[in-house]
Amino acid sequence: MLPGFGLSMGFTLLYLAFLVLIPLGGLVLYTSTRITWGEFWSRAVTDPRVVAAYKLSFGASLIAAVLNGVLGLIIAWVLVRYEFWGKRLVDAIVDLPFALPTAVSGIALTTLYARTGWIGRLFDPLGIQIAYAYPGIVLALVLIGLPFVVRTVQPALEDLEQDMEEAASALGATRWQTFYRVILPNIMPSLLTGFSLAFARAWGEFGSIYFIAGNMPFKTEITPLLILIRLEQFDYVGATAIGVVMLVAAFFLLLLINLLQWWSRRHQAS
Amino acid sequence: MSIEVRNISKTFGSFKALDNVSLTVKAGELVALLGPSGSGKTTLLRIIAGLEQADPGSGEILLNDEDVADRHVSARGVGFVFQHYALFRHMSVFENVAFGLRVKRRRERPSKAFIRQKVHDLLKLVQLDGLAGRYPHQLSGGQRQRVALARALAVEPRVLLLDEPFGALDAKVRKELRSWLRRLHDELHITSVFVTHDQDEALEVADQVVVMNRGKIEQVGTPDEVFHQPATEFVMHFLGDVNTFHGRVNQGMVQFSELELPFPENRQQIVGDARVFVRPYDVTIDTKTNGLPALEAKVVRVHSAGPLVRVELLTKANQYLTSEISQERFATMNIRPESTVYVRPRHIRVFAGREG
Repeated sequence: MLPGFGLSMGFTLLYLAFLVLIPLGGLVLYTSTRITWGEFWSRAVTDPRVVAAYKLSFGASLIAAVLNGVLGLIIAWVLVRYEFWGKRLVDAIVDLPFALPTAVSGIALTTLYARTGWIGRLFDPLGIQIAYAYPGIVLALVLIGLPFVVRTVQPALEDLEQDMEEAASALGATRWQTFYRVILPNIMPSLLTGFSLAFARAWGEFGSIYFIAGNMPFKTEITPLLILIRLEQFDYVGATAIGVVMLVAAFFLLLLINLLQWWSRRHQAS
Repeated sequence: MSIEVRNISKTFGSFKALDNVSLTVKAGELVALLGPSGSGKTTLLRIIAGLEQADPGSGEILLNDEDVADRHVSARGVGFVFQHYALFRHMSVFENVAFGLRVKRRRERPSKAFIRQKVHDLLKLVQLDGLAGRYPHQLSGGQRQRVALARALAVEPRVLLLDEPFGALDAKVRKELRSWLRRLHDELHITSVFVTHDQDEALEVADQVVVMNRGKIEQVGTPDEVFHQPATEFVMHFLGDVNTFHGRVNQGMVQFSELELPFPENRQQIVGDARVFVRPYDVTIDTKTNGLPALEAKVVRVHSAGPLVRVELLTKANQYLTSEISQERFATMNIRPESTVYVRPRHIRVFAGREG
């Protein structure tokens, strides 16, 4: 192995400290020195409007991450297993949501899915409202989270030896049995990574939702937006308190998913 | 159960992997498909298994006189063992072996107790009892291949197909496993076909050897037949080292390299140009002429480390050839590089034509 542990580790710690730990620590410190525990609890944890926002953010992020898990797996499967005309193009398109300013995707989706938009008008007669409602939020979160799942599952599928599937068929397994007994357990760690990245991204997403959600309190107001509203009212402590809750929630969610990953990978030595 | 392959062809793009191949394997036989890489042996095995489809409209595959061309691999009742084992890496040895029983339809699925008993019996058979709880990455290559074999046998296949089963193992384990496979076959009598590029493996293990080259079958026969009576030049070359001469056949005699030898077994009615083959152990060496027709040659190198002594020679006509003589004979002769000796082919095989 190349020498240089000291240097690279030092850089890692410095980098993490300046970019992650100090700003986030400051957030917690700022909040804890300005309001009491009771105030924090009533303003950032039990306040009905905030609770509604947490529920919306959590629920929509979870639904979007699950949808991304399924859709991303299918897209990765197609890109790995089949040869077709324009494959490179499709492969490139997958990354577009990474590069696009989220506001742009938000506005584009809103235009398309609003009641008068090209797609929205097809759903309107059925009484389904997409933009300015829950489905619109999920839609935007699916869009921005999709590349995470595709890009993490793709290499895992490429690594999967095809003879394992052939062995399963030769032993009499149906295609579905081969999928859920052999393929799925083997790509599960990567799928969980993709899922957690998509979820984490959705949990903190703001730009695209801002345009498509409609931002009605108690209904389509996501947590990051609530932080912005508090800031606009010069209620800095109110904003940071919510920020602290989001931070703690994100930390525990990622920890949980890491444990899940470790568990699903327990028998797979390289 | 018998296997019958009738006029099967397979093309990959512009590459003809199999060219109108027909083959019959009798019930209970252990057959080796032997050939160099690209000869089509693995493709043939995979087509029998149903992992690959033959070209549309090109013949049929019969298992026990029943056409199985339209049957999915999972419904053919074949056991398949892969070169790189293809064990389910997320499952224990026990679960790997039990897999085929667990995925059966509910009506046919045996009870848990039965599965447990069966898996342990199989693990005992492949001498891995006690490793049921291990995971594939905790096993050696030889152990993995035996798990793969137990897994294939669990569903009681009517035919066992093995694709280069020992190809990924080191030489010693490989030798052990192949004699073990032979004993196992003698015990189970399951119709088996295995693919190999190693002639020793094929000759040692199989009842019948099928020698393949460029998508065609060159010869089918017992190990003895293919080794001692090769039907084609390719088989002659592939099964062991050989010295090649260009010669001419004329009235029951073959002339090559200043020699004229009787050629009574002229079954192919060869006239004119011919190619003459002599195995190294059929080339005798003498230090003096003894009246018999012989070639004068110079010793180039001597390799005496082995059961036989290999002597590399250069004839007066500037042709290299190799001889293998016993250690005892070598000891009596006192030959070393630059010695002049007289060599005589004891047994020759002749094929028509100028170039193979």
